[in-house]
Amino acid sequence: MTIAVIALLCVPACAGIACLWLPGRIAGLVSAASGIASFALVIALIPGASHRDLSWLGFARVDALSVVFLLATAFLYACVAVYSIGYLNTATGHGGPAGRRYTRRFWAGLNLFAWSMLAAPLMGNLALLWVAIEVTTIVSALLVALEGTEGAAEAAWKYVLLASAGLAIALLGTIFAYYAGARVLGPGYNLAFGPLLTVAARLPHTAIRLAFVLAVLGFGTKVGLFPVHTWLPDAHSEAPTPVSALLSGSLLAVSFYAILRFYQLAQAALGPRFPRDVLLVFGVASLLLAALYLLDQRDYKRLLAYSSVEHMGILAIGVSFGAPIALAGVLLHVLAHAAAKGNAFMGAGVLVRKFGSKRISAVTGGLDLLPWSGPLFLAAILALSAMPPFGIFRSEFEIVTGGLATSGNAVTAILVVLVTIAFFGLSVATNTMLLTPRRQPRLDSRLQAPGTPVLARGEPSAWMVVPVVIGLAALLVLGLHPPADLTGLMGRAVAALRGIA
Amino acid sequence: MSPAHAPGVFTGGANVIAAAILLAEFGMFRQALVRDQVRLYAAQSGLISVLAVIVGAVHHLPELYVLAAVSAALKVVVIPLVLRRLLWGNRPPGAGTEAGDIAGSGGLSLAATVLVAIAVAAFGFFAAGALPVPGGAAPAIALSVSVAVVLVAFVLMIHRRDVISQAIGLFSLENGISLAALVVAASLPLILEVALLFDLLVAVIVFGLLIRIHHGRAESLSTTELTSLRG
Repeated sequence: MTIAVIALLCVPACAGIACLWLPGRIAGLVSAASGIASFALVIALIPGASHRDLSWLGFARVDALSVVFLLATAFLYACVAVYSIGYLNTATGHGGPAGRRYTRRFWAGLNLFAWSMLAAPLMGNLALLWVAIEVTTIVSALLVALEGTEGAAEAAWKYVLLASAGLAIALLGTIFAYYAGARVLGPGYNLAFGPLLTVAARLPHTAIRLAFVLAVLGFGTKVGLFPVHTWLPDAHSEAPTPVSALLSGSLLAVSFYAILRFYQLAQAALGPRFPRDVLLVFGVASLLLAALYLLDQRDYKRLLAYSSVEHMGILAIGVSFGAPIALAGVLLHVLAHAAAKGNAFMGAGVLVRKFGSKRISAVTGGLDLLPWSGPLFLAAILALSAMPPFGIFRSEFEIVTGGLATSGNAVTAILVVLVTIAFFGLSVATNTMLLTPRRQPRLDSRLQAPGTPVLARGEPSAWMVVPVVIGLAALLVLGLHPPADLTGLMGRAVAALRGIA
Repeated sequence: MSPAHAPGVFTGGANVIAAAILLAEFGMFRQALVRDQVRLYAAQSGLISVLAVIVGAVHHLPELYVLAAVSAALKVVVIPLVLRRLLWGNRPPGAGTEAGDIAGSGGLSLAATVLVAIAVAAFGFFAAGALPVPGGAAPAIALSVSVAVVLVAFVLMIHRRDVISQAIGLFSLENGISLAALVVAASLPLILEVALLFDLLVAVIVFGLLIRIHHGRAESLSTTELTSLRG
């Protein structure tokens, strides 16, 4: 166990630093190996974390809740690292020294980004958790700017400014949590999470209330909760597509993890009512905004970005329901959303490579032209829309069940209606991209309309298909029959979230 | 505040310094030259370090001296130097003013924005004053002032239309939070404080890189062209 945690903190960091010097091809293989190794290490943590909370060296702490988020992050890291090999191989215009510099920075950034996201759930200390999440912002902002276009520069600037301002607010929340802890535990208190939770009932209420609201608003900036989501569609659409997948599937979830820690604290100190109401307001507002924006998108990466806002809203609403089955649904949703959104973005990356555009109107006939990625992208969109038999269907079903049991019908009905609107927006766009037949003149025709390039049937790269197939398999497993170990882990995490662990 | 150690003098001194920090924040509105904003930022950070030393002396928290030293080294010396290098490269200091030196601002006029900032600061001051968060290491009024500083920093960031001023607004926002931390979390372990400061330094470098990328692409430091991504 100890070795697994130390290795998890070292492997991606070492891979990232090594990639600064390695040539591109080897760097890709090293990153893929690092991703797969990280995922294996997280799996090794499951048995221990399913039974007790573990902490090391005064700063690292692992419990069932953190392992759930580690699983989502490490799974996506492994998939995206393999996928990126194909993504970079099929890049055009990346020869020469500029191309080599791009490749080197991409691999180093990708590994360090994954490292920071894996480090955050391992921190057993609220200040270090904040530092880790700030590091994710810094690394990912550089990755967003990597493409070097004007759009990328604009998106990176908005992202770093808004996310840093948000995290400054979260820091203020963390400081109030320290103030509350130091009142009870004495001035030598070091913001460790475990001791704070054990004395939570005696913490001063005003300080905890402030800490929770500031943390939701601050970390919520990185989760993409309304009204502080505005950086999210820009960054997701302008980043290199593998980075978009990590941003959406892992980064948002890791930031949500920070909110959950403050939720645990607030629930133990103030009772469940106050934190749930706060999360409900943010969740419904985010879901409403995302559902409406999904109806009118012209760029398919922005479409997927708004879908992320939608799913983060669902997570917040699920936690606000508070029923055990809804909380289990939330944790399953984190895993399933990572797999589904990763798949969707990886599919979008194939579309970008094939059609050379991010506009929805530029893509037609995807199912005909892409024998593998077309159906896989369709499956990913259906999974995101909570169609059975995929994991998100199961998780949203559990959340809705929990909502009907505890929160009354009105809120649950709003949730279902908004999710349906989001489904409508997603499916209309996907329909035009994949199912509309592509009108392309024959290869020998001279009457070819300018602007519609002739495309042959085929996949850009096998590297870009295999991880998506694995992601789809994971979605099916989560939807049909989650493994017993995982169910046990999530049961313990739910108990922790309800404050009875 | 603890009257046994320092009745009156300590409280008054701490409050004066907190008010000066807020005044420095307002001063940043006034400064049209980016260079002067950097100077004001350095001065404001220096005031924070002075306050840390005073709180440390009164409450016998020796680690606050170390914190003040590290904070001063980073925020008064290193960060302004990094910003200067990024801004003017190797240009000699007396080389005259160029278009990029003048902080862009837009939307409301300066006077109107300052009025908004005063209203926002007053709101923050009284709202935080109404909170029952008693007995930190520094007087409670300093906490109210720090909330006002944070809110005014937001107004500053919204008002400004060039990337460097926005970045400086963000760093001064962080100064407001340092002030709040001195009031309610003076005994926060040093190692964590240093981690936070180091993090700030890394953030500054990344901001610098992004400012350079933006400057290289758009040939200006204005944010008025950063409007292509919408919807």
